[in-house]
Amino acid sequence: MSNKVLLSGNEAAARGAWEAGVKVATAYPGTPSTEILENLVKYDEVYAEWSTNEKVALEVALGAAIAGARSMTSMKHVGLNVAADPMFTSAYTGINAGFVIVTCDDPGMHSSQNEQDNRRYAKFAKLPLVEPSDSQESKDYLKEAFNISEMFDTPVLFRMTTRISHSKTMVELGERKEVGIKDYVKNFRKFVTLPANAKARHYVVEERLKKLKEFSSTSPLNRIEEGDRSLGIVTSGISYQYAKEVFPHATFLKLGMAFPFPEDLFKKFASMVQRVIVIEENEPFLEEEIKTLGYTEVEGKKYIPFCDELSPEVVRKGVLNEELPHPEPIKSVMRPPVFCAGCPHTGVFYNLWRLKATVTGDIGCYTLGALAPYESIDTTICMGAGITNAFGFQLARGKEFSKKVFGVVGDSTFLHSGITGLIDIVYNKGITKIIILDNRITAMTGHQDHPGTGKTAKGEVTKAVNFKDIVKACGIEKVYEVDPHELRATREVLKEVMELDEPAVIISRRACALLPEERKKQAERPKRKVNVDICKGEKCLGCVKLGCPAISIKNGKASISDLLCVGCDLCIQVCPFKAIS
Amino acid sequence: MDKVFNVIISGVGGQGILTASELLSKVAMASGLDTKKSEVHGMSQRGGSVVSHVRFGRKVYSPLVEMGTCDLILSFEKSEALRWIHYLKVEGAKVIINDLELIPTTVSIGLDTYPRDIVKSIEEKVRAEVLLIPATDIANRTGDARTANTVLLGAMSNYLPFEPIVWEKVITESFKKHTIEANLMAFRFGREFK
Ligand SMILES: Cc1ncc(C[n+]2csc(CCOP(=O)(O)OP(=O)(O)O)c2C)c(N)n1
Repeated sequence: MSNKVLLSGNEAAARGAWEAGVKVATAYPGTPSTEILENLVKYDEVYAEWSTNEKVALEVALGAAIAGARSMTSMKHVGLNVAADPMFTSAYTGINAGFVIVTCDDPGMHSSQNEQDNRRYAKFAKLPLVEPSDSQESKDYLKEAFNISEMFDTPVLFRMTTRISHSKTMVELGERKEVGIKDYVKNFRKFVTLPANAKARHYVVEERLKKLKEFSSTSPLNRIEEGDRSLGIVTSGISYQYAKEVFPHATFLKLGMAFPFPEDLFKKFASMVQRVIVIEENEPFLEEEIKTLGYTEVEGKKYIPFCDELSPEVVRKGVLNEELPHPEPIKSVMRPPVFCAGCPHTGVFYNLWRLKATVTGDIGCYTLGALAPYESIDTTICMGAGITNAFGFQLARGKEFSKKVFGVVGDSTFLHSGITGLIDIVYNKGITKIIILDNRITAMTGHQDHPGTGKTAKGEVTKAVNFKDIVKACGIEKVYEVDPHELRATREVLKEVMELDEPAVIISRRACALLPEERKKQAERPKRKVNVDICKGEKCLGCVKLGCPAISIKNGKASISDLLCVGCDLCIQVCPFKAIS
Repeated sequence: MDKVFNVIISGVGGQGILTASELLSKVAMASGLDTKKSEVHGMSQRGGSVVSHVRFGRKVYSPLVEMGTCDLILSFEKSEALRWIHYLKVEGAKVIINDLELIPTTVSIGLDTYPRDIVKSIEEKVRAEVLLIPATDIANRTGDARTANTVLLGAMSNYLPFEPIVWEKVITESFKKHTIEANLMAFRFGREFK
C-alpha cells in the first residue's frame, strides 16, 4: 500500500488527464469542480487556462480537439448549462483528438443554486457518460474516457459529484503517455454544421449510439459483482459506496459507463437475481433506462429520495426502513457562512441595507448579502442575472420604482456573463443602476484569477480588462468608482445615482480581505478595541449591524475578537458614540 | 483492523479542520490501512461550520460516516461538537472538545443563543467519554499559539490505534521546517492530556 497516495477525486481527475497525454485544459471555476484545473496548472506539459465562462471554455477545448490535441474542459453542473449550446452540436461534429467534458454535480447543494442531475445531459446530447465512484476510478476512468472519445469519434461526458470530487481516497499513480498531436484535415461535411451537413451528421450520431450501446455491455467500466442472489443492486458513482456499506452481501451491477445503458449486461444481471433495486442520487436516470426495457417491477425511487444527497443512513432508511441506534440530536447554534472580517462587500451591503434598496443579486461571496443582518438581496438566479433582473424590475414596475433598484454583480461574474445584460439595458433605453463589486479576484470559489486580474491561471502576467472602459464602451455615460470601505462617500454616490434618469454603473473597488497582499497590510494594522465605558452595547448594536464576524456582544457590551479583527475601520465609522478605536 | 474506525472532526471555517483531517488520514495510511476522508469546500469556508469525516480500516467503502457509528468526535469549537452528536455510536464513543467558544453573528444580532453547559448536555444524552481541552493555553507553552490544533491531535491520538512514532513522522513531513519543533512539542503535550 505504500506506493499509494491520498488524492481527492479532483486531484485524481487532473492526474488522469495528465497521464492520458492531455495538451489543452480549460475551465471556469465552480464548486465542486475548481481543483481539477488548479491541479492541471502544475503540469508543464499541459496548457491550462481559466476561461471567461464555461461556453468559452468548452469551445476553446473543442477547437483544440478538432485541431488535433487531446483536450479537456471542466465545470460545475450549472456551468454546463452555459456551455450546453456548443456541447450539443459537438456531438454532431465529433472530434479529432480525444475530448472530454467534465461536469461536477452538487447533490445536496453544498454550494449551488440548484440540484440538476447532469447525467440527463448525456442522454439529451447523445454523448457517452462515464462516472467514477472514488479517486482511483476518477484517474483511471478519465484515461478510458479519452480512449472512448477517440474510438467512437465523440466528446465524452465525465460526471463527478461533490462527494467524489472532494473526498480523498487512495490512488495508485501511473505515468504520462504522450500521444502527440493528430494530423488536422479540413473536413467541411463534418465540422461545418450547415443544415445539410448537420442533417447527415444526425444519422452518424444515431449509428454511433448503437455501437456505444454494444460497447457499454462489454466495457470493464461496467461490472457485475457476484454476491447473494436474493438481492441485486444497480448503482453508479458515490451511491455505489453507500450501497456497499448497507448491503455488503448483495449482487451488484456497478456502472461506470451508464449511458448508453448496457442493455445486454443488465439482462444477464437481471436473470441472476431475484429482486432488483436501483440506488441512485437525485434523478431516476438508471431506473428509467431499465423500465423502458420492460422491467417494470424494478424498484428505485420508491425507496430512494429525489432530493438532497444520499448517505449510508439515507440508503438504509429508504430501502430497509431502519436506522442504526444513535443518540438523539442536540440543537446547536445556527452558524451560516458570513462575510469575512474586512470584506469589501460589507461596506456596500451595509449601505444598501441603510438605504432600503431593492437589490437583484448575483452569484458570488456577495450573495451572503441576502442573509442577516443585511437581508438586502431580493433575487438570486444565476450568474449574470443580477444585471438583467434589475432591468426586468424596471419594466414591470416603472422608472420611479426602478430608482431604488440596484443590480449587483461581482467582477468575475460581470466578465462571465454580465456585459451582454448591460448592453441590453443601454440598447433598450433602461435606467437601471448596476454595482460591480470588484474585489480583484474570483473569491467565492477560492481565489482564481480572471481576465480582470492581470494574471493567467499559470501565474503569468497578462493584460487586465479595464472595467471602466468596458462599461463606457457599452454606452453607459455615468460611471462612478468608490472604495466600499469609505462608508459615507459610498452612500453619497448611491444616493446620487438613485436620482438619475439614465443608467449608471458604480464600480466598487477594494481587494478581497483574504488575498495575501491584503493580509500583509492587515498584519501591520492595530486590532480595534471597544471602550466599554462609552459603549452602549445591547441598547445600540450599531457596530453589530455591520455583520462583521469579529464583533459580538459580551456581557452586554460590544467586543472585538483579536483573533478575527483585521484592523479595518468600518466599526469605527459606524459607532455613533466613538467608543471604538 | 477488520472493523472500520470512524472519526468526525468539526469546527468553524478557517480553523484548520481540513489540515487536521489530512494529517490523521496520512497517519492511517502510513499505518497500512485503507483510508477515506470527506469534506466540502466552498460556501462553508466563510465562517460557517465545517466538518470532515475520516474512516480507516482493512476496506472502506463510504467516505461518509454513518449516523450511529462514529467512534470519536474531535471538535475545534464547543458548539460545533453538539452539531454531530447523533453520529456517535451509543456505547463507548469519545468526544474531544477544544475549550473555545466562537460566537456567531446570529447570536450577536439576537437570532439565536449560544448553547450553555455543552459538556453536561452531551454527558446527559450520550454514554460517551467527554474530554474538554484548553488547547490554546497548552499551545502557548510551546511558544506558538498556532499549534493548538496539534495539541488536539495529540490528545486524540491516545484513543486511536496508531503508534506515536508514525504521528511524529507525519507531523515532521507535513509542517513548515521552522514550525516542526513546536508542533512536535504540542503533539506530546496533547498526548499527556488524558
Ligand atoms: C454558471 C456558473 N459557473 C460557476 C459558478 C460558481 N461560482 C459561484 S460564484 C462564482 C464567482 C464569483 O466571483 P465574483 O463574481 O468575482 O464574486 P466574489 O465571490 O469575488 O465576490 C462562481 C465562479 C456558478 N454559480 N454558476
